[in-house]
Amino acid sequence: MRRVAVIGTGITEFGELWDSSFRKLGIGAGLAAVEDAKISAEQIDAMYVGNMSAGRFIRQEHVGALIADYSGLVKDHVPATRVEAAGASGGLALRQGFLAVASGLHDIVVVGGAEKMTDVSDTESSMIQSSAADQEWETELGATFAGLHALIATRHMHEHGTTREQLADVAVKNHKHGSLNPKAQFRREINRDVVLRSPIVASPLRMFDCAPSSDGAAAVVLCPLENAEKYAEVPVEIVGSGQASDSLALHNRKDICTMSATRVASDRAFAMAGLSQDDVDVAEVHDNFTISEVLAVEDLGFFAKGEGGKATEDGRTSLEGDVAINTSGGLKARGDPIGATGVAQAVEIVTQLRGTAEKRQVKDADVGLAQNVGGTGATAVVHLFRRA
Amino acid sequence: MNGVGIVSYGAYVPHFRITPDDIGKVWGVDGKAMGKGLMISSKSVPAPDEDTITISVEAARNMMKRCDINPKDIGALYVGSESHPYAVKPTGTIVAEAIEAAPDLTVADLEFACKAGTAALQTCMGLVGAGMVKYAVAVGADTSQGAPGDALEYSASAGGAAFLIGKEKVIATIDNTYSYTTDTPDFWRREGKLFPRHGGRFTGEPAYFKHVVSGGMGLFEKTGTEPKDYEYAVFHQPNGKFPTRVARQLGFAEDQMRTGLLVPTIGNTYSGAVPLGLAAILDEAKPGDRIFAVAYGSGAGSDAFDIRVTDEMARFGRDLAPTMTEIMANPKYLDYATYAKYKGKIVKGRD
Amino acid sequence: MATAPRFWRENPSRYNLVGFKCNNCGNHYFPPRIICPLCRRKSVGKIEPVRLKGTGTIFSFTEVHEGMDEQNMQRPYIVAMVELDEGARITGQVIDCDARDLSIGTEVRATLRKLSEEGSSGVIHYGYKFIPLCNGPAASENE
Repeated sequence: MRRVAVIGTGITEFGELWDSSFRKLGIGAGLAAVEDAKISAEQIDAMYVGNMSAGRFIRQEHVGALIADYSGLVKDHVPATRVEAAGASGGLALRQGFLAVASGLHDIVVVGGAEKMTDVSDTESSMIQSSAADQEWETELGATFAGLHALIATRHMHEHGTTREQLADVAVKNHKHGSLNPKAQFRREINRDVVLRSPIVASPLRMFDCAPSSDGAAAVVLCPLENAEKYAEVPVEIVGSGQASDSLALHNRKDICTMSATRVASDRAFAMAGLSQDDVDVAEVHDNFTISEVLAVEDLGFFAKGEGGKATEDGRTSLEGDVAINTSGGLKARGDPIGATGVAQAVEIVTQLRGTAEKRQVKDADVGLAQNVGGTGATAVVHLFRRA
Repeated sequence: MNGVGIVSYGAYVPHFRITPDDIGKVWGVDGKAMGKGLMISSKSVPAPDEDTITISVEAARNMMKRCDINPKDIGALYVGSESHPYAVKPTGTIVAEAIEAAPDLTVADLEFACKAGTAALQTCMGLVGAGMVKYAVAVGADTSQGAPGDALEYSASAGGAAFLIGKEKVIATIDNTYSYTTDTPDFWRREGKLFPRHGGRFTGEPAYFKHVVSGGMGLFEKTGTEPKDYEYAVFHQPNGKFPTRVARQLGFAEDQMRTGLLVPTIGNTYSGAVPLGLAAILDEAKPGDRIFAVAYGSGAGSDAFDIRVTDEMARFGRDLAPTMTEIMANPKYLDYATYAKYKGKIVKGRD
Repeated sequence: MATAPRFWRENPSRYNLVGFKCNNCGNHYFPPRIICPLCRRKSVGKIEPVRLKGTGTIFSFTEVHEGMDEQNMQRPYIVAMVELDEGARITGQVIDCDARDLSIGTEVRATLRKLSEEGSSGVIHYGYKFIPLCNGPAASENE
């Protein structure tokens, strides 16, 4: 297996981008990544596109070919593949690109992720997001996506004593990080009261516990590590890639306070990398809801089960903490254009490891992790990155 | 009638109530006085996810809990209602599936304003009596509609009861039945219309009273009985006033009809009214007790029944399902705004 | 909008909680599956459809304020994960009560209610929801 490096990144602004279409977003991120890697179109061997639900958000399927077409890649008939695993679509597209380069099949691969969520109403958007859960046996019975995460939160508070305030602290921290990220959807700091006084979405979760609906796209360019220095001043190696599945419906998991798929995917990624949690300086985790970040930092092994809320409250996950979590602002503040999210996480980690994260730069960041989750934890993808 | 009778029964009334006072406040009406006149202190309100189908299922399931017959032995099931959720597609098929009686049975929905439930009862008696089926189920249930601001809004409520009719382990034999029917347009709802219309005071003397009295008198004549032969009497109860007056006209005393008179607390449950009253009586009746029941349906007609509780009642599993007292206990009272929301009277932004 | 069969084919489970018991491991599951998720091939031929009783306790719950279109007129409404007496877990609404009357461990029973409808002229979907066993006495004292 060949070692693989990231040699270029690109990301659009995230937010309610009324004047940008799906194709415009996808191409914008892709061109920026190609530009960053200083490669030409002829060099691209393949493309992978993470996208959850263009069919329902913009009534367009076949978006692999669409992006290839508008990126000018059909001139050379570059193979383009759409990858879908709900919220983990982007992370999984990255994994497909990684595998393609590692296997020796392709040399230069562009991995993109894109979602255009605001062309439908908010209600429609949350219905689409809920389809990441079990449509027949959860959603049809009235469980919204936020509702399912609320079930996790209620249980986590019950079993581990996690407090409502600690959940708020996740949002407060991520908004603070977002305020330092010029590409973030929300760049304003908030305090606990803002979270605790925001409208209830599904108790105990409130509006500020939930990631927003966003439009946006992100892309990275991969190549074999041995060639990376040709393209990038500071190549970043993908040293570990892990993926795991779990039951689609939350109620089929014995312990809903643990996302086992995250635990297993991270074990696999750490084993491949030969690294441990102590080596990680910076991590992007899937905080689609504040409770999700609490579970993530526990299941990734940064903190013991039940300690995630306390660790957040104590500032151990902030920029200056033991491990900086969601320096981009996370899904909460950077925004969560679903299919783009996993790729945006990679962009942030690469930016940190290159040392170009400016105001939100984690000092001497050497190893970074990205955790991307689909549904309520039925798919988890974890990648480990290291400055080459 | 060949020993045909009730083998089991079950009832259901929604959890929510509204008072005439709260309704009156919205329309500038002295609701308290209105309630007093109608002898209704509250009426039941179905939750937004309840309809005649869910009410029928709950009543039928309560009926099944009280006996240990194999649901596959049920050969017929009829649901009487004037509020079937579908104009075309039976309520009964869903009830049959929900009590696992399907597919070897015949099912149909009946409609005769407020007496469709007792019409179902008579149909079941005939089928069982003729030996065509071993057991048959009759359900009377409604989620009745009163147009906002209409007098009916103070009484139209929801509820239903189910009866298992058979010849074995009968807890109450139905010894006789008599019906009286004429063409009298006192109350109706046209196809496709949400709310019914009625003839105001025309619903009284020439409609309710004439038919209930004629039905009752007809049954007395057919059975050679008189009011004092009965421990209990139950009449259709669109309000408290009508059945009280009709009982007096027929010669019944107040204590004979007290148990079966539920309208003061749950309102007019239409097709559920006499079935629910009968369920309340069966909750407390002893072997040997005799029950006189007359249902009324606008349009118009009455069904009268002579029912006698058997010794089997002593061995019957009454406690295996909630009694009417338990079903009606501890309701939650709604304000008019919530009531309007629950009844779908609020216009939604999109549909 | 979905066509009728999509819902109709699940009616036995939606109306009567038909799940299954794996006669290899003895576990109950809901809804039915072709094979046991734990025993896999060993469960072939040992999957027995079972009607679950519908009684159980609340494992977790939430009051949903921003819901789907279908449940719009019920907002806020309660959704719970219920641990059935047979051991299987199931997600559904808890009705005819207030969230403040519920806690983890509250005993509930299944009932049949309207789940949704395909607009005002389409098929109405019915299925299980849960009611607290203590509904009434304890629940209404504060009301």
